[in-house]
Amino acid sequence: MASAPILTASTVLELAAPLPLDGGQSLAGVRISYETYGTLAADKSNAVLICHALTGDQHVASPHPKTGKPGWWVRMVGPGKPIDTDRFFVICANVLGSCMGSTGPASAAADGQPYAMRFPVITIRDMVRGHVALLDALGIERLHAVVGGSMGGMQALSLAANWPERAGTVLVIASTARHSAQNIAFHEVGRQAIMADPQWRGGDYHAHGKGPEAGLAVARMAAHITYLSEEGMHEKFGRRLQNRDAKTFGFDADFQVESYLRHQGLSFTDRFDANSYLYITRAMDYFDLAEEHGGRLADAFAGSSARFCLVSFDTDWLYPTSESRNIAHALNAAGAPVSFVELSAPFGHDSFLLDVPALDRVIDGFLRQ
Amino acid sequence: MMALRPDLAVIAANVAPGARVLDVGCGDGALMAALRDARGVDARGLELEPHNVAECVARGLSVIQGDADADLAYYPDAAVDYAILSQTLQTTKRPDLVLDELLRVGRKAFVSFPNFAHWRVRLSLLWHGKMPVTRLLPIAWYETPNIHHVTVSDFRDLVALKGLKVEGAWFLSGDHAISAAAANWRAEHAVFLLSR
Repeated sequence: MASAPILTASTVLELAAPLPLDGGQSLAGVRISYETYGTLAADKSNAVLICHALTGDQHVASPHPKTGKPGWWVRMVGPGKPIDTDRFFVICANVLGSCMGSTGPASAAADGQPYAMRFPVITIRDMVRGHVALLDALGIERLHAVVGGSMGGMQALSLAANWPERAGTVLVIASTARHSAQNIAFHEVGRQAIMADPQWRGGDYHAHGKGPEAGLAVARMAAHITYLSEEGMHEKFGRRLQNRDAKTFGFDADFQVESYLRHQGLSFTDRFDANSYLYITRAMDYFDLAEEHGGRLADAFAGSSARFCLVSFDTDWLYPTSESRNIAHALNAAGAPVSFVELSAPFGHDSFLLDVPALDRVIDGFLRQ
Repeated sequence: MMALRPDLAVIAANVAPGARVLDVGCGDGALMAALRDARGVDARGLELEPHNVAECVARGLSVIQGDADADLAYYPDAAVDYAILSQTLQTTKRPDLVLDELLRVGRKAFVSFPNFAHWRVRLSLLWHGKMPVTRLLPIAWYETPNIHHVTVSDFRDLVALKGLKVEGAWFLSGDHAISAAAANWRAEHAVFLLSR
């Protein structure tokens, strides 16, 4: 087994036609930044689209250009790995609205200035429209599989529901078919933190050098809590103090967990655009696959001939098992071949990114068929 | 077809080719795989143990993690030709309600279970006054998943009480067939094919 996957291509696609959006507008001059790994078979039957999560990007198995950290799913994607780049042509595209090369609120509008809050509000389905345009450009009519965790899972479900002919298998990990009130609530805390930062300036911070870093960091801190399990957090930090023997009776980061969260928040601001965070969280909050299809989730999958696999984690309280089971039951009612398993892992929602060998086996087995 | 447990082999041999099947309590998917590979059956499964579900998924089978008592409710009426409940009835909280659900989801239902009136079980109770630990019932009373001990006669009574049709019945000792008349004391396993 090779030690590192080989990035085959890192490319930007410029869409020739404007992209129609759920909000009624259309967006001209859309760019989709994507990476591919492996070789597309002559009959184009071995393509696997990986959809990334909220703050993820196209660097699924190649180093992040800003942080230099390894790709976010190197443990899953590469030669001989469960998503085997020796067998599959793996595609991962930065979603519409993000800030890693695809068109988003930080991109220049027609007047040469960043869109900022002039960027249209987008949906998960709009992101998938971008992916489908990419598949069209690559000449891929039907994916072997579409795979995604968290928000990536929402994109996979949306693709299966709205473009049912485009994917043969659909793998959805730690995800949901709709954002719950609690999910929306946490996102709203993050957005308000950004918008309450005076440096946000109604979104027009680009010309002023400094963006709403404090607000964005708080948003990330709040969100990061939802990605961990209480048990995992307790084990990692407990009530341990940070580089000190006693509490300082002040508001420094006395506790390790405070220090950790502050670090997570701050380092996030180096790599992510605050307005992108607003737009993408909004898209997730608007996501309700049943609502898009007359209120009955099973109807969303009426036209699908794909095989589905849903995986949840027992410590994930952001998108808990009940959400995945709900999707499995809807698929069952629609007569679709569906598998669903809740895996045991201590890492909460983040389990899909971390060392869970049972997940490797499920993904490997499911994609082999 | 690979070597199946004898009660599963009976079921596999009596499922119509190309049928739609739901295997409730499908374990590692051995029956489903055999039905799919040998008879072109569209098989789906329901299984409680996550490692079994993972095994099934790795075999390319479509299996949902869930339990017979709670999750059959989510399947539409007449969703499959056969609902199969092998060696699971005695582990459910309400076997009578599970039976109703099987025959709602499936047009027909295979039900197999270990016969607690087998002579070895009777002998163990009679001589030792203890719940038996036998080849087919290898787990002590305090940790066995079998919470509703049922005999062939008990099951026949329940079927009669519910007015169900017995479309077929097979009784096994090891892999030997036992006559219906002698089943209640000589059969280790019973397999019933039921319809409404």
